[in-house]
Amino acid sequence: MDLSLDMIISLLSSTLRISIPIAFAALGAIFCERVGIVNIGLEGMMLGGAFAGVWGSHLTGSPYIGLLFAMFAGALFGLIHAVLTIQFKTDHIISGLGINLLSLGLTTVLMENIWGNRGRSGLVTGLGNVKIPGLVDIPVIGPILGNTTILLYLLIVCVIVAWIVLYKTVFGLRVRVIGDNPKVADSLGINVYMMQYIGVILCGVLAGLGGAYLSIGDINMFSRDMTAGRGYIALAALIFGGWNPFGVFGASLLFGFAQALQIRLQVVNIPVQFVEMLPYLVTILVLIFYRSRSRGPIAAGKHFRRGEA
Amino acid sequence: MNRLITLLISLLAAFVVGGLILAVAGYDPFEAYEALIVGAFGSKNAIANTLAKTTPLIFTGLAVAVAFRGGLFNIGAEGQLYMGAMVAALVGVYFTGLPGLLQAALALLAAGVVGAVWAGIAGFMKVKFQAHEVIVTIMLNYIAISLTNYLVNYPFKAEGMVPRTETIPAGMQLSRLLPPNQVTTGIFIAILGCIIMYWMFNRTVYGYEIRAIGHNQDAARTGGISIGKRILLAMCLSGFIAALAGAVEVLGVHKYFVSGFSPGYGYDGIAVAVLARNHPLGVLVSALLFGALRGGSMNLDRQTDVPTDFVIMIQALVIIFVAIPWIIKKVKLMRKRGNSVGSQS
Repeated sequence: MDLSLDMIISLLSSTLRISIPIAFAALGAIFCERVGIVNIGLEGMMLGGAFAGVWGSHLTGSPYIGLLFAMFAGALFGLIHAVLTIQFKTDHIISGLGINLLSLGLTTVLMENIWGNRGRSGLVTGLGNVKIPGLVDIPVIGPILGNTTILLYLLIVCVIVAWIVLYKTVFGLRVRVIGDNPKVADSLGINVYMMQYIGVILCGVLAGLGGAYLSIGDINMFSRDMTAGRGYIALAALIFGGWNPFGVFGASLLFGFAQALQIRLQVVNIPVQFVEMLPYLVTILVLIFYRSRSRGPIAAGKHFRRGEA
Repeated sequence: MNRLITLLISLLAAFVVGGLILAVAGYDPFEAYEALIVGAFGSKNAIANTLAKTTPLIFTGLAVAVAFRGGLFNIGAEGQLYMGAMVAALVGVYFTGLPGLLQAALALLAAGVVGAVWAGIAGFMKVKFQAHEVIVTIMLNYIAISLTNYLVNYPFKAEGMVPRTETIPAGMQLSRLLPPNQVTTGIFIAILGCIIMYWMFNRTVYGYEIRAIGHNQDAARTGGISIGKRILLAMCLSGFIAALAGAVEVLGVHKYFVSGFSPGYGYDGIAVAVLARNHPLGVLVSALLFGALRGGSMNLDRQTDVPTDFVIMIQALVIIFVAIPWIIKKVKLMRKRGNSVGSQS
């Protein structure tokens, strides 16, 4: 493996691409945890998005409709998680695990129903790459940023917007107050339940987009359990990124790099099983060596009941 | 009694919603449930098969329940199961010379210890680094599966195309109760495990302390319980039990370690524990239900065109409906109303 410029470019470009789904999901999780709801169901929301993306594209022939389908599927799983945790006060983690399992079962059943195959769907029209004239011709940056999936640009916009919303708007202030002390938020006249619903559903939409990248943004089909733990890695990215949009994006890039490196290393003479472990090992190492400077929302995981002391 | 009624209502709700989803997808839910029931209990072979599928689920369900009791989520039963299975196979193939029964016991013990260490990593990381055990145990699942895959593909691979170890000697295999069916004496070990855990939680200080931590960590700390040590202990115990699931599968069912042998027994354990409400004896009944789903799903495949992954959906719905405290409240309210009406008349 020689370290040529081409190789570095392709490594950087695949790092960016691989971090897209993780970053979308982790970005969504910021809003979810900041309103006090822990979301282990991220994995299932992504998987639902990945499936719905392919389904939408299959039905209409348009991957952009697929993208809408994916957002809708994510929102639907978000709504289920919201109703269970906010309305029915179900344990956040159990609800999340239930959603992951439900999504795995549902997507596979529907896939077998539509394509008659338990392992993978048929090929559908994918989003493909967009070439940005001018940018694509610049050396080094061109191949990385000038000719890539539209979801990367959407992600960057989402990161910036999320930061502005969280730290520069009244809505964001309310979100942050609820995560730390829902009772104070309630006494300030904020509709805590409403804000929690918005946060969780928004999280589902973003996770769904992340899932859609895996299917219609990358291999143009759906395969069983194709998220392969990315939802959980996104949760690690959320912690590593300090519940902050830019931090979370950076953390996702790190996990993306681990996975990009994994794919590179597969050509080298190391047993593939060891290489496969890399992203998961990196996640564990990050959790060991990174003692979070900024803490998470204090009230995350606790149920809020109006009018209780 | 109340709890039993709520559980039954939750179960019923899960099956009804599952059936509705099937109907919307264009299948016949009645046909599906009939095939499941016939496949699980329709004949002597079907029942034996169901019990064979129940055995690993008792272990993994018990493992998840033990951790839950201490307020911990062990989502890593699948990885611990693979580690245990590999260790049991290696002990079986390479540590020969002992009498068969003793060697089987050694294989089980070694598997359990390695499973305990594997789960202990997550317990240690929680205590030491406040790393969430859900994320860590899931990462450890992927690592365990890759690691055992490596071992069975390179250093310990038997001759042939299939990535598997050598067969363990006949003397140490767990005997089959109704040959050729796959139910083995392992089911007795599983039941014994549940009884021991029941005894531990209700009759020993350790069990009491783990429960206290699961119930209210702050109160437990004030009461002088060393939280960190007990968390580690609960996690190790959980890993030990989950690893036995893998060991019993290897020693009884497969007779060697083969890549990808578990269809997700570790994850099923979560549903088993949730339905059992973490009661060690409840795990037995709950595992039987999910074992029946697993056993029946083959018949689902044979007799209908309903996708077998429908069973996963049912599991998810059971977890969700059983975990909704709201249903419990409604039932209590109904019974209260019933009682007050009764007292007026």
